[in-house]
Amino acid sequence: MGDTNRKEFISTLPKNIFAGFVVSLIALPLGLGLALASEAPPISGIIAAIVGGTIVALIGGSKVTITGPGNGLVVVLLGAITTLANGDLQQGFLLTLAAIICAGILMILIGLLRFGHLSDFFPSSAIQGMLAAIGIGIFAKQFHVMLAHHTVAGDTLSLITQIPFSVFSLFSSDYQHLTFAALIGVGSLLIMVFYGKIRNKYLQLIPAPMWIVVLTVGLSYYYEFFTTKTYPIAPELLVKVPEKIFSGLPTPDFSMLLDAKFIGVVLTITLISSIESLLSIKAVDKLDPEKRRSNVNRDLFALGLASVVSGFLGGLNVVTVIARSSVNVNNGGTNRSANFFHALFLVLFLVLFQGQLNRIPLTALAAILVFTGYKLAAPANLIKVSKIGTEQLVIFGATVIATITTNLITGILVGIITAILVHIVLNKSIAFFTRNLFKPNVLMYKEISTGTYLVSVKNFSSFLNFNKLRHNLDTIPENSDAIIDFQLCDFVDFTVQENLHNYQESFQRKKGSFEITGLDIHGTASSHPMAVRKLLSFSRKIGTDTNLTKRQEDLKQIAIDFDWKYDPTKKENNPELQDFVFFRTKEIHYQYNTIFDAPSGFKISDIMFSEGEFITRKVIKITCLFVPIITSIPKFKLNKEDLLTVLYKFAGYHDIAIEGHPDFSKRFFLLGEDPREIQHFFTDELVLFFESNPYYRIESTGKTLLIMHKERLASVKEIKELLDYGKRLGDIINTKILVQN
Amino acid sequence: MYKEHTHKFNTILIGVAFSPNLKNNIFEAMRIVDFFDANMIVVHVGDKTEKKAKKISQLVSGLSHEDDKVRIIWKQGDPVTTILETAATNNVDLIMLGAIPREDLLKFYLGSIARKITRKAQCSVLLIVKPTEDLRPCNHIIVNGLQDQKTEQTILNAFEVAQNIGAQQVTIVEEIAPQEVHVQVEDDKSLRKDLLRKEKIRRKEELRVHDILEHVPIEYKEGISIKTQSIFGKRGYSIGHYAKVVNADLLVMNAPSKNSLWKRIFTRDLEHILSELPTDVLIIR
Repeated sequence: MGDTNRKEFISTLPKNIFAGFVVSLIALPLGLGLALASEAPPISGIIAAIVGGTIVALIGGSKVTITGPGNGLVVVLLGAITTLANGDLQQGFLLTLAAIICAGILMILIGLLRFGHLSDFFPSSAIQGMLAAIGIGIFAKQFHVMLAHHTVAGDTLSLITQIPFSVFSLFSSDYQHLTFAALIGVGSLLIMVFYGKIRNKYLQLIPAPMWIVVLTVGLSYYYEFFTTKTYPIAPELLVKVPEKIFSGLPTPDFSMLLDAKFIGVVLTITLISSIESLLSIKAVDKLDPEKRRSNVNRDLFALGLASVVSGFLGGLNVVTVIARSSVNVNNGGTNRSANFFHALFLVLFLVLFQGQLNRIPLTALAAILVFTGYKLAAPANLIKVSKIGTEQLVIFGATVIATITTNLITGILVGIITAILVHIVLNKSIAFFTRNLFKPNVLMYKEISTGTYLVSVKNFSSFLNFNKLRHNLDTIPENSDAIIDFQLCDFVDFTVQENLHNYQESFQRKKGSFEITGLDIHGTASSHPMAVRKLLSFSRKIGTDTNLTKRQEDLKQIAIDFDWKYDPTKKENNPELQDFVFFRTKEIHYQYNTIFDAPSGFKISDIMFSEGEFITRKVIKITCLFVPIITSIPKFKLNKEDLLTVLYKFAGYHDIAIEGHPDFSKRFFLLGEDPREIQHFFTDELVLFFESNPYYRIESTGKTLLIMHKERLASVKEIKELLDYGKRLGDIINTKILVQN
Repeated sequence: MYKEHTHKFNTILIGVAFSPNLKNNIFEAMRIVDFFDANMIVVHVGDKTEKKAKKISQLVSGLSHEDDKVRIIWKQGDPVTTILETAATNNVDLIMLGAIPREDLLKFYLGSIARKITRKAQCSVLLIVKPTEDLRPCNHIIVNGLQDQKTEQTILNAFEVAQNIGAQQVTIVEEIAPQEVHVQVEDDKSLRKDLLRKEKIRRKEELRVHDILEHVPIEYKEGISIKTQSIFGKRGYSIGHYAKVVNADLLVMNAPSKNSLWKRIFTRDLEHILSELPTDVLIIR
């Protein structure tokens, strides 16, 4: 650590201590609740948070994440603890600890081998489906516990069917002794639901789960000191924290090491921990106020090591958790020390408030988890997925059903296979994928003249080969300009588009630009901007009603900003283009993405043309700006002077020199039929304008200026620059004419 | 020192089959023969019938009135070995092969015979993606700038071709394999390292190519705009993709080396190009 870094570290220390404190307020109830939901001793969740917070803070690769026991693992650990020892929960827990340690070792390996981006290989709808299924699993089990039926057991489906029974039994006299506990559960759920809706800065200082803990513990003291009645919650419905926490540690049981069931649990824990952590890290990076990139491989290594240590100390496994991390960022956490302080405060809570923890009702903690489960499975997610397209709904649905009825590994595999089948059906070809699967399909280079990064993707781009694209995109600094071109790509799936959208956001955050081009010509399966896109055969391309891409949305926004109109449709009849020498030798297919101002005649549009008449389909797309001139000016063409223009000179064209501006004549190649008129037209002001602005190719028909950038589509940023240039040039010429007349 | 290489392509061979592409293939070949002022050998592997002979002589009749400019050879046997043997015995400098359109007419592929000839030929090979009857302008040539002893000759030939067929731009592409950069980008720090490393390699490569360009005679460079471009990506693959992205008209490549280690790597490189011809490809031997 350098001197300035140390200074900064010390100056931000108070902020991080505070953030760590607030996080520990939410981590305490969540740790207890997640452990209880897994049928593990409640303290095991806190141990995971303490170990995770310490180890990952010391050696992790991310900056503002918080680590501890995760939601995703609840279902897996519950299954492992209840089934590994055939129902003996104590023995099952010891075996599960061994599985956690083994999974930790696997995660260490993933980190060391730098396989950190393994979540790239999962379709995002399948991951969404898996998370929803986990949410349903948590919800189904914890709903009963919230209503004080903590002994209800069974698989997810039977738990769901038993929900009405749990609700109605509360009103029968047999279960009257449970009513109070159930009321606390429902009350806690209401706190969780409405907490976010009440905007009061003092109330918001303490997270909702901590309010639940404070209120329920307070209630138990009320019964103890202010009434003669006994506390109406049975001891088995209260949290039990052992008196001697750090002595008498449980010993992990490795006796089933080679058992298939045990190995299945290890693999599931590894997979789910990695995916949950990677998704969280990715999401938290977007929140980082200092916009740093996390090193996921180092993080996975640290999480694995933390899980191993936690397992030996009797704790659950450690993952990166999104909710607690966002609390950290919101409360001013800026570096890994916040994670460490969260762990430290948890230790303090255990030491100082051990007795009080035993007063927390299980129903209150279950309410927190019911809310968590609902958030994971939220029907809103389903609606969001279905809007993107039926095919995403199919992938999502297949994963949810398979996960609930079998297990997580089978569920995610079904999701992947469904996605592959859906893509094959959409493209009506298996060969298209098998032929191109292992071929490289990404080209990236830096355009030397502009410094822009160009990425071109060929064949198809889906979750199956996204890692190749991601690998390239990761090497582009987010403060530079990048153009991702899909013109040569026949199929782009939702997973890729969603990931690209994330890149777009991070580029935007760092003041770079990340433009996606070539998707506009693809037909879509729904009206969502990220719907699966497939290149339709050429004849069908024209007139296909597709919804707007991100670039098109941006173009529309430009039109709105200028108070102009935007028209994305493809116009096949464009006689006016023939006025320009440039287009005369070209076959114009169509003009599209037009932004125009009808009164003045200003217009910018993308034009697709092919060169020559009998040639191979060399199709080119460019962006052109048309600037109207109020009266007629000389016809001319202005190019940059380069070796190509030497050829023009051979062909008999003469570069028109402007007197008194040798530098201009040297840099620009000016062509026209009437040199004297042109020399008269190129005044000092105009020459200065060309000399002091970026270079564009310009052609004048006498009434209109055609301004072009490069022989490719311009990015939105480039279009803005082009527009600005064109407007200023138009202003100079038009005012000059007015002055002369 | 390069004087002996001028007019490198003196004898050009084209193998023909009586497919719908016959006319376009022959016309394509005749244009090249014309550009290089070379002699042409048309080889047909199969039976000689009067009808076929008439058709071919009709097609080549437009080329030249000198009888020795065009020779038509009829032979029996395996097409690959026959064409390779004919090329060897007649001191052929260039073999021309045309691609076959795929069903959807959007992509072209190289038939298995053409692939085998390309791999085994002892002379240069020109692969025409889309043979046409009419002249297509060839404006932009891309040539590889690999660090290889053959590269200098290949670049020189590319300029020679550019002068002969009137191309206006030559881009020399240096493909740099990820292994050379040897940085895995994981966070901001490794990204900075990656960028520095790439910039350093790019400068070094640029310098090397610049040196080669110095050796190219000035009259070869006349009227041609020269560009260099570094690409970080898979060797052999990226250059083809680049050619497609920038709409190049011809891609000039080194031939795979005989050297055993290089051969393995280069064969794979060439296969990328052969499996998905990005544009017309000239392989220099």
